[in-house]
Amino acid sequence: MADHKISRRTLLTGTAAAGALSLTGLPARAEVNWKKYAGTKLEVILAKGPRGDNLQKYVKEFTELTGIQVESEQIPEQQQRQKCVIELTSGRPSFDVVHVSYHVQKRQFEKAGWLADLTPYMKDPTLTAPDLVESDFSAAGLQYAKNDKGQMLSLPWSVDYFILYYNKELFQKKGVAVPKTLDEMVAAAEKLTDPKEGTFGFVGRGLRNANMTLWTNFFLNYGGEFLDAKGNILTDGPEAIAATKLYQTLLTKVAPPGVAGFNWMESMASFTQGRSAMWIDGVGWAPPLEDPAASRVVGKVGYTVVPAGPKGQYSATYGDGVGIAAASKNKEAAYLLCQWIVSKQQGARLLQAGGGVPFRNSILNDAEVQSGVKMPKEWLQSVIDSGKISKLGLPVVIPVAEFRDIVGAALTATLSGADPATELKKANDQYRPILERSEKA
Amino acid sequence: MRPPSYWPFVVPALVVVLAIIIFPWVFTIWMSLNEWKVGSPTTFVGFSNYLRLTSDPRFIEAIGHTLVYTVLSVVLPLVFGTFAAVVFHQKFAGRGFLRGIFIMPMMATPVAIALVWTMMFHPQLGVLNYLLSLVGIPAQLWVFHPATVIPSLVLVETWQWTPLVMLIVLGGLAAIPAEPYESAQIDGANLWQVFRFITLPLIMPFLFIAGMIRMIDAVKSFDIIFAITQGGPGSASETINIYLYSVAFTYYDLGYGSAIAVVFFLLIVLLAAVMLYARQRMVWTEIESGA
Repeated sequence: MADHKISRRTLLTGTAAAGALSLTGLPARAEVNWKKYAGTKLEVILAKGPRGDNLQKYVKEFTELTGIQVESEQIPEQQQRQKCVIELTSGRPSFDVVHVSYHVQKRQFEKAGWLADLTPYMKDPTLTAPDLVESDFSAAGLQYAKNDKGQMLSLPWSVDYFILYYNKELFQKKGVAVPKTLDEMVAAAEKLTDPKEGTFGFVGRGLRNANMTLWTNFFLNYGGEFLDAKGNILTDGPEAIAATKLYQTLLTKVAPPGVAGFNWMESMASFTQGRSAMWIDGVGWAPPLEDPAASRVVGKVGYTVVPAGPKGQYSATYGDGVGIAAASKNKEAAYLLCQWIVSKQQGARLLQAGGGVPFRNSILNDAEVQSGVKMPKEWLQSVIDSGKISKLGLPVVIPVAEFRDIVGAALTATLSGADPATELKKANDQYRPILERSEKA
Repeated sequence: MRPPSYWPFVVPALVVVLAIIIFPWVFTIWMSLNEWKVGSPTTFVGFSNYLRLTSDPRFIEAIGHTLVYTVLSVVLPLVFGTFAAVVFHQKFAGRGFLRGIFIMPMMATPVAIALVWTMMFHPQLGVLNYLLSLVGIPAQLWVFHPATVIPSLVLVETWQWTPLVMLIVLGGLAAIPAEPYESAQIDGANLWQVFRFITLPLIMPFLFIAGMIRMIDAVKSFDIIFAITQGGPGSASETINIYLYSVAFTYYDLGYGSAIAVVFFLLIVLLAAVMLYARQRMVWTEIESGA
């Protein structure tokens, strides 16, 4: 009978947990009782993408382990964010577990009190496997998951660093070295641009709102900070102006025509067709770049960290996590699921497929996990190196969308020749009252 | 007095109208009078959302974009649709088959075709620039430049909705009697004169209906613009509808979003009223000149 069958994996999970426990050398601790909530039914709402795929593909194993039934639904990112907010506002969400986009929703969710506090569960040895400890998550992950009272409101799931993709073939052809600084990157891009052949040195997001995730890489490396100690927005200072000038130079002088309307999709199309030599974007794009059916640059892509600026070297970092709706009636069962989602095994699968990067150092630094990664070794190295210079890529405020739209529109305007300082000043004047209103409320 | 005996039969219709038309409207107006942000408590603020609209540069720009977009996407399909209808009204071999092909764009899902057009517009890799290069025209930026984005979007809109105008006008043409054409032929009218003085006046009522349908569709157009540019580059193609969507569902500012919706509704009513007025006036002048 199926009930009596013990799969190899179930056995492994169990023994791994027990083994880890004995290693601590502590007197017998309570073990996680995985079956305690058997029969419970959980609803999960996911943003569409490799993380959601990875969950749905293996969720049967979780059901085998715990007896908990999981219904999950993947919805495109934008719509998923809206649906969550609307349902959570109603007070009776249809889901127990929610996939949170940290860089957009952190403040909003915290302030509205929509997520359950996971801190007590993490301290409960009957609920938490001994290998899941706070200190295993990277600093950025903890920064995202914790509120200002130090409560864990979610478990960090996957981090998105921005890295530099470059076309090795084009670099070789023009005899250009891989840039270590932003200035070198501009010089390299100039050499690599050849409008007659239809190739350009650099491509990246120019479309309003989307472009902010690229620009902040420059802003941080010019020493920019988003907010001062009092929470005022700082994106019209000298660092922002310098970053915008660089952005303007790159996207108007050495980028393909029409880049002002490019999101990641159009940028990737240009890069995969070998028409652009460098591209800065999230780490998650390696699989399509290395897919022969979708890319003409398979095996020719170099991966490295975002070049250093005059005030340091940072990789703008974004990420997502899993949390439990405060209104859920099945919080403990939901917590078991969250724990499984960020478990070593699930994290390893995600990393190995190139679909995401776990926030947990124990996964990222595991030699065995690393050896199973299907993407090029350089990619993995750029991920590990980015982790060391990671810094949050957007201000942690409620009106993030307005920030991205307003400052993003200013950036796009500079691509048609507008003056960076004037545009940023105008954008900040427009944004400041919005921020003040939202923080007061 | 006793209520009339038909009263109970009206109730279901009344309930439906109240629930799905009147109530949402009253509620939208109520929301527009409040500071209503998702996740925060709501407060009554009177007309301040409307006052905010008057000094919101994005909203004012959006009105302009909406008008330009609407005028172009009404006029172009009307012109091309009428022309196509006149052509397809003639009898020639394979007419039915070609008509079928011609109305296909109308049957496609807007979001799906929008995604296809996005890649066709790509300045480096798109097929449109390739086709232009064959006839020696330099590459264009299409939806990727603020100056050409609205005409490019109108191109998609026109491509998709010209067939609808054609179908309506074809219906009109089928209803025209043959006699006026026969007498025109006897009087020696040329093709243009026949079209201008016989066909056009007789299909005018149909053109008005087509124009009205197109106007309402174009002014509230959302899918094509959102899927291709999301209002960009910058905010160069942000129509009222796109802005309204951002405010309500990206910024979660429901009060302000409702105020935009109310103003937008008034604008649509105004445009429809102008068209109806023009139509009535035209009918009168026709009768007068005919008398």
